[in-house]
Amino acid sequence: MLYDIRLTIAHRYAGSAGNGRHLLRVLPRPLTGRQRVTAHLVDVTPLPDQRHDSVDFFGNAVTTVTHLEAHSKMSIRMSSRVEITAPVAFSGPHLGLGDLHRSLTVHNALDAASPLHFLGPSPRLHPNADIAEFARMNCDPTATVTRIVAQLGEALHRLITFDSTATTVDTDAAEAFAQRRGVCQDLSHIMILALQSLGIPAGYVSGYLRTLPPPGGVRLEGVDAMHAWVQAWCGPDQGWVEYDPTNATFVGTDHIVVAYGRDYSDVSPVIGYLRSSGKQTNSQSVDVACAD
Amino acid sequence: MNNSRHTQGASSPRDLLTGYRQQAGNRDEMLDGAGNVKPVWQEFLDHLQRLGDTDLTHRFARGDQYLRDAGVLYRQYDDTVSVDRGWPLSHLPVMLSEAEWREISAGLIQRADLLEHVVRDLYGPGELVASGQLPASLLTQNPAWLRPMVGVTPANGNFLNLLSFEIGRGPNGKWWVISDLVEAPSTAGFVIENRVAMTKVFPNFFNGSNVHRIAGFFQDFQQQLFNLRGNSKGQIALLSSGPANQNYAEHAYIARYLGMLLVEGEDLIVQDGHVMVRTVAGPKPLSLLWNRVPSALCDPLELDQTSLIGTPGLVDALRQQQLHLVNAIGAAVLETRALMAFLPKIARQHFGAPLKLPNIATWWCGQETARAHVIKHRDTMMVGSAFSTVPLMADSADQGAPAAPTQQEIAALLQRSGRELVGQESITLSTTPTYEDGALVARPMCIRLFLARTPDGWQVMPGGYAQVSAGNDAKAFAMQRGGKVADVWIRGEQPVETPSLLESGAAENRAATSRAALPSRAADNLFWLGRYVERAEQNIRLFRAYFARINDGASHDAPLLAFMRSHLMQDVAAQPAAMAERFGAPLDMALNAARKIGDRFAPDGLMALRALVATTSDLDQRDIPLEEFPRETSQLLRQITGFAGLVHENMYRSDGWRFLSLGISLERAANMAQLLSQLVGPDAPDGALDLALEVGDSVVSYHARFSILTNKVAIADILGVDDQNPRSIRYHVSRAKRHIAELPGQSDSHVLSDVARQILLLETTLAASAPSALTPEMLGKVKTDIWDIADALTLAHLV
Repeated sequence: MLYDIRLTIAHRYAGSAGNGRHLLRVLPRPLTGRQRVTAHLVDVTPLPDQRHDSVDFFGNAVTTVTHLEAHSKMSIRMSSRVEITAPVAFSGPHLGLGDLHRSLTVHNALDAASPLHFLGPSPRLHPNADIAEFARMNCDPTATVTRIVAQLGEALHRLITFDSTATTVDTDAAEAFAQRRGVCQDLSHIMILALQSLGIPAGYVSGYLRTLPPPGGVRLEGVDAMHAWVQAWCGPDQGWVEYDPTNATFVGTDHIVVAYGRDYSDVSPVIGYLRSSGKQTNSQSVDVACAD
Repeated sequence: MNNSRHTQGASSPRDLLTGYRQQAGNRDEMLDGAGNVKPVWQEFLDHLQRLGDTDLTHRFARGDQYLRDAGVLYRQYDDTVSVDRGWPLSHLPVMLSEAEWREISAGLIQRADLLEHVVRDLYGPGELVASGQLPASLLTQNPAWLRPMVGVTPANGNFLNLLSFEIGRGPNGKWWVISDLVEAPSTAGFVIENRVAMTKVFPNFFNGSNVHRIAGFFQDFQQQLFNLRGNSKGQIALLSSGPANQNYAEHAYIARYLGMLLVEGEDLIVQDGHVMVRTVAGPKPLSLLWNRVPSALCDPLELDQTSLIGTPGLVDALRQQQLHLVNAIGAAVLETRALMAFLPKIARQHFGAPLKLPNIATWWCGQETARAHVIKHRDTMMVGSAFSTVPLMADSADQGAPAAPTQQEIAALLQRSGRELVGQESITLSTTPTYEDGALVARPMCIRLFLARTPDGWQVMPGGYAQVSAGNDAKAFAMQRGGKVADVWIRGEQPVETPSLLESGAAENRAATSRAALPSRAADNLFWLGRYVERAEQNIRLFRAYFARINDGASHDAPLLAFMRSHLMQDVAAQPAAMAERFGAPLDMALNAARKIGDRFAPDGLMALRALVATTSDLDQRDIPLEEFPRETSQLLRQITGFAGLVHENMYRSDGWRFLSLGISLERAANMAQLLSQLVGPDAPDGALDLALEVGDSVVSYHARFSILTNKVAIADILGVDDQNPRSIRYHVSRAKRHIAELPGQSDSHVLSDVARQILLLETTLAASAPSALTPEMLGKVKTDIWDIADALTLAHLV
């Protein structure tokens, strides 16, 4: 699949804001054998005084922009062309929970993909008894880890109503779980905690979702803004699988990865700081069009 | 014994030893195993026994007085409020022989090298994990391991430049390291204060007792800081989390002592990869930062995003090696409790030799064999969080995992969450004498020692900071729980070098920096300090004038009093408490502002302010008869004049002083304009002009110049345009103009700055005005002009 992806994020400040500094994580991430980024552009207005690109601990591209002079609005535009290849199905034996736990006790690596980073806690995710209980109730302990991921994801999809008005970007996973409502960010956070409570390494993925379904397909939830889903580690041979609890599906060629992290705080598209007195309003729009 | 205490003379030695009880099974610092006084203590004990109880009480009071005057306090936290309390100095030192100290030092220097080796690897190649010497999950699940710092090499090559270690003596007489303090060895400044206080308590003994001085250590550390800066000549600063932190006073003290700027996160900005201090003269580059803020809070963009005290972009600047740090951000991962389980083996691997000074025996329960050991020896162990940085024995948060009291439950807990738990051997600490109710009492203690990296390698401070328990419990060290602190004296065999604590070797360095920069935030606080104090003074004068008239028989409804309330006192209710609040509140704000600039405001200034606030709240809370009000407020006015005297007689004429003085002048000029505009107006009742003179404190000057009867023009003259009366508008506008001309950047060009132009125009207007021209409208305009000038000043220098 070939996609043309456009993202626009606009910030407006009630009072003018100076001395701003923002970290942007919005570019699709090159993934060998899966995602090839053939063209990309990140455009910020007003023109930043300084700008540089770097790669964070988890291997995500970060653009840093600073604005010294006061300004009343800022917009970030990202456009890119990405080629997605369908993942090859894993043919080896699928591990069960016990084997997974045993493989983790001998695992000893610090690299960005090491499952040990993803056992929790993380800045925004702390163990929660209710979510752990939900995980226990919806997991067949004799099933393979891959199957457990799907079981939990489906159960969560049934339990939580997608509702873009019920939560905000700062809502805590426990709170969203308690009210049984939320968006992709909440569903992903809850699912990560559920998986971790079973000792399954799990992380947060931010990215884009194709806007229009293929002919005969169903339009997915979460196409209007950046999307989020979950990755889970299923053993040393199988490695990471990605699952989208908002749409109750394993990730295929409709999802485009931007960043991997432990929770939202590791991958937020925009983290910013500026000196300003007034309120701030934000808007975001996304378009992911098929180009082939 | 108590009966005889007053009759004992200094000449007949007391026997303090007989009643001294060692705790069974514990070592004591003063007595050896056989109960004999150790040689290193003998001379001091003899000295102590020659002093009577009364004499000692006086001496202790002298030490406490010094600490109070120096503003050394600790903060007691209750449920909602925090209160400053007197510093709990145990007035007896802990004595160590130089020989024993050297042995400890060798162990700590080895440990400092080990910690540098470990932290360099944890943020670098990661070989300790790769080779299996450390389990990866000690990092991956550890909030103190800061991923954004991985791969960031310190600008000067070293992660660690200043360390402290807490050590204790176990029942076998050997010393153990209880904790490694990497991030905020926050007591170095208190060691100096303790030492100065102790020289007041035992002046005669101290001289000639071969006790090692600690000043040399600080001089070398200061030199190291200036060396690290290299040729860049940028600012050197101590980063504090601000007055809300309980150690703020120490931050301010040590910054001043070492000649560093005291800054907070919001004082710093990052421009083009360089960290700059926002000063009244614009951003100035910073080349070295002694960080006293928890690492994770230092940068809200890349570290803890909820931090409100950080500097956005700091991590980026470190990545570009544009700033030297003491110590590296993230080095606090070394404080992780579970690391102690692995350091002994890493040491053997790294040095080919065991640790010279063992740390407290620790088992990480993420490993099967260690877990089994902890379960088996549960009785002599404490179990707690693996990732905590507080030593288990001092941790009230998890005292031996109370959630799991039984053997089975502990075993289950360890099986389930072993990776997050450690077991640590409980050790009994040695005791040291304290003086309580006229007798010596043995209390458990531990000692904190300090190491600084110098060009000649690690140097150990020949002294230290002892914590002494309030009871027999080693958990009662915390001041919050009544614990005390003691000075540690290292006694040599030979006479020692005596560098002074007060003069520093790097005086020229200090001069170079102290002249340089005034952070905008500090200047802003000084400016507001001046304004609040002046506002309080004006309101006290109004209050006194009001109640003098009440005492003379006027009623609250009298025309002049009603006019005062509605036109001069913002419609305040006719109640003493509400009126007193009009100066009580600004005094609180003044004290608040002064607290935020601990390094720039002399302790006696702060004391004077504290006394003012205390007198005010006395006035508020006591039921003072009305007729006493004028007397009480006169007392307040004398105190406030005393404060103004300190400012003008004692403060160095720095930019900081200029902003303080500007705050006073602009506030006074504006308030006087406001007062006059009301009191010379057509609606003013009888007695308004006398009131103006009284509140303007110009009765005597007036009568020296004018006839006995008051008239509007003469009042407008003496309080408005007179350039010799320190109560007039003109006087303060002129003074403010002179201050502004001397501020940084104001004389760089023949084109006047906004603020300089505005104040020149105002001064000219006043100078050219006949007293009769000062109508209420004109005075109202003068007032708004003054506030416009304050705004322009803020814009130019303070934001």
